[in-house]
Amino acid sequence: MKEYIAIVLLLLFSQAVQSQQKGTVLIKNGTVLTITKGTMEATDVLIKDGVISKIGKGLSTPKGAQTIDATGMYVMPGIIDAHSHIALDAVNEATSPVTAEVWTGDAINPLDVSIYRALAGGVTISHALHGSANAIGGQSETIKHRYGTVDPDALRMKEAPRTIKFALGENPTRVHGGGNGIVPRTRMGVEAVFRSSFSEARQYMKAWDEYNAGKSKKGYKGTAPQYDLRLETLADILKGDIIVHCHSYRADEIYMLMQVCKDFGIKKLVFQHVNEGFKVAPELAEFGAMASVFSDWWAYKFEVYYSTAYNATILHKNGVVTSINSDSGELIRHLYHEAAKTQKYGGLSDNDALSMITINPAKQLGIESRVGSIEEGKDGDIAIFKNHPLSIYTIPMMTIVDGVVEFDRENDPDDMRIYVDPKETIDVTLHGTGHAGDRCMQDAEFLFHE
Amino acid sequence: MKNFKYIFLGLILLAAQLAEAQNAKGKTGTFALTNANLVTITNGTISNATLIIADGKISALGKDVTVPEGAEVIDCTGLSVYPGMIEGGSRLGLSEVGSDARTRDYNEVGDVIPQMRALTAVNPNSVLIPVTRISGVTTALAVPDGSLFPGTAALVNLHGYTPDQMYAGFEAVVLNFPSTGKRGRWDSRSEEDIKKDAEKALKQLNDAWDKAVAYYRIDSAIRVKDSKKEMQYYPEMENLLPVVRGEKTLLVEVNAADDIKAAIDWVADKNIKVVFSGVSEGWRVAEKLAEAKIPVIAGPVLSIPNREYDRYDRSYANPGIMQKAGVKVAIKTADTENVRNLPYNAGFAATYGMGKEEALKAITIVPAEIFEVADQLGSLEKGKIANVFVADGDPFETETQVRHLFIQGWKIPLESRQTKLYDEFLEREPGLKK
Repeated sequence: MKEYIAIVLLLLFSQAVQSQQKGTVLIKNGTVLTITKGTMEATDVLIKDGVISKIGKGLSTPKGAQTIDATGMYVMPGIIDAHSHIALDAVNEATSPVTAEVWTGDAINPLDVSIYRALAGGVTISHALHGSANAIGGQSETIKHRYGTVDPDALRMKEAPRTIKFALGENPTRVHGGGNGIVPRTRMGVEAVFRSSFSEARQYMKAWDEYNAGKSKKGYKGTAPQYDLRLETLADILKGDIIVHCHSYRADEIYMLMQVCKDFGIKKLVFQHVNEGFKVAPELAEFGAMASVFSDWWAYKFEVYYSTAYNATILHKNGVVTSINSDSGELIRHLYHEAAKTQKYGGLSDNDALSMITINPAKQLGIESRVGSIEEGKDGDIAIFKNHPLSIYTIPMMTIVDGVVEFDRENDPDDMRIYVDPKETIDVTLHGTGHAGDRCMQDAEFLFHE
Repeated sequence: MKNFKYIFLGLILLAAQLAEAQNAKGKTGTFALTNANLVTITNGTISNATLIIADGKISALGKDVTVPEGAEVIDCTGLSVYPGMIEGGSRLGLSEVGSDARTRDYNEVGDVIPQMRALTAVNPNSVLIPVTRISGVTTALAVPDGSLFPGTAALVNLHGYTPDQMYAGFEAVVLNFPSTGKRGRWDSRSEEDIKKDAEKALKQLNDAWDKAVAYYRIDSAIRVKDSKKEMQYYPEMENLLPVVRGEKTLLVEVNAADDIKAAIDWVADKNIKVVFSGVSEGWRVAEKLAEAKIPVIAGPVLSIPNREYDRYDRSYANPGIMQKAGVKVAIKTADTENVRNLPYNAGFAATYGMGKEEALKAITIVPAEIFEVADQLGSLEKGKIANVFVADGDPFETETQVRHLFIQGWKIPLESRQTKLYDEFLEREPGLKK
């Protein structure tokens, strides 16, 4: 009996491995934008078993490998979105100002056609973030866009460090203080939630430390503290095991969170949206906090009214590692264009602009040793563009994840849904515009009160 | 005397500070844009030419143009001159902060309220306006929204201090054509309810229209008889009257293929002036639209396809497909704060099938024609209103910068709150340490 179970488990395991397949492919003769090591003309990139094994001219094709002719085209690292909610069945657990115990990894939907649409924009990795309803929201998941699998687990990027979502300002204060009449209703309350949560977590850690130190001693009479997943997670933040990604807009609250983090020794801090980050750019740089911003979204709420599209440039020029994100199933499809706007608003160089959607978001997710640039030894995540990716006239032609071609415009069937719902009517969604595509507050809208 | 000089200097400084309150002032006069590449839209591109702006109009353009005496000469060597871009449908000026109802003025109470005029609610001092115009968008249609007949849209130039100074000569009654589909992911109505709602909305539309036609007949009868009788005060019908008469355009917001077909049928026997707006599934019924000779304002181009199973790039390709089928196509962002992205919506349409030239027309001369102001706007031609921007490259490319801007002949400073924040904070003082 035991053997049978072992065989079944082995089979299941091999299937899981198979769904994370690695490919071998030679991309020939493209203009290679490595991001970290300059631009190389008429150069080949060889991906072997999912990993970039060689970059150079006139490489020979390994046996059985697919060859892609990229003559006249641009080859760049797969685009990374540090703020997204695609491929998720649930975004917000809006039931408490602190929900560190939940995890978007439990709500991954590999069937979401948004994954394919993102791939069609050259995006290979996205950060499946919890929403911004809570001061301390849920933990998030970094996913690779391995479209075509029905296994949620196959989307996880296993090498990626743990991350968690925080939120400041109008979202948590409207949901909890406004909707439910509990702290926080103001930005003072938001700070208090952080301080009390981390203080509790410190006590929790101390209690466990005391118990662990004492339990093996003879005559120890103490009992183990009650296990609490929420406090466990908060303790892991204090230990530096989790990167904090914080939804934020106003300069004062951004400054506030940096003070709180200093007091509790939290160093891994990425601000999301951070529309007024430009006002405290020197402070962000000194702290070592990073910034993931919209290229130009503003005025959809009062807290983003005093905002500027020059935000990314100001942050970058002050030494803050800055990325451009989407927070939208629409914007994610043309992040290359969003990054290009840093040239309109601040005249950034091609490489600096492209860094904002490649190596910089990789740093913010703690995966820069694996992805974000074209280097030997890194993952075979590649996007191939018809023209320079910062030109309006470019078209993403091919997107490769771990050496596997996941999108190919030349061979692109009309309907790319994995599963069709037989009960679904041929149905139309009215066009939403601008920030209407934002899913930051999905599942929490009902808690808003004007 | 010395004191007087200081007082005078102080007054100048004070005046300068006051001018900073919103934006630096525009200035008017005679301007000569010399050595320029003139992208006229309607008469090709003229290189190394001059364009003269005087009395708010384009007074001359071409290779052999003499610069009038006293004109301010702006050397445009290496630069291109374009007609100002025209946004075909936005909430610009009608909304300031999206999430705050107190700053939203596009959605009045009531289902049939064509008497609600966007022109009265456009805020000339909206912070959003300078942010938009310094990207080269000089004119926008401000459109009310929210109900069946939510009001009357107005075309405005993006400079001026009163609605009348901004008014660009076109108004249209808006109709949100009854939708038979779901309104979005969050729409949890059952199929039956959706059908019922659509039928109800269509009935409401037909009832309103029948009433308008009746009103028109009575009105006509009274006029013919030259009687002293007056129509009873009925603003809804009074404002539908010019539409029924075929004098004023009906701007029909319609998106789904079935709804577009229904809307084509609905207008077919009415003999009225019609423009369709939105038309996100126009590509599905392009031939029908062409046949019906209904012009469209398509957009936003940068949006997700309507149906899960649609090709990922359908919304990018939509304007091009319709244009190639013979439909007159203008492009809109349908945005509020980011109408400045109009050239990029057109740029994506250009890349995905429409071509650069047609896409540029779709945000200049074509909307001008649709809005019946093509004798005044939409191209560089002698006698047209001087809505003009000067750029250092292709306006669709993001690296291109606008260098000069004129609206109704006023030279507009290239400033907005967003550029001012850049100036203030790029090198903040005090910096890190006070």
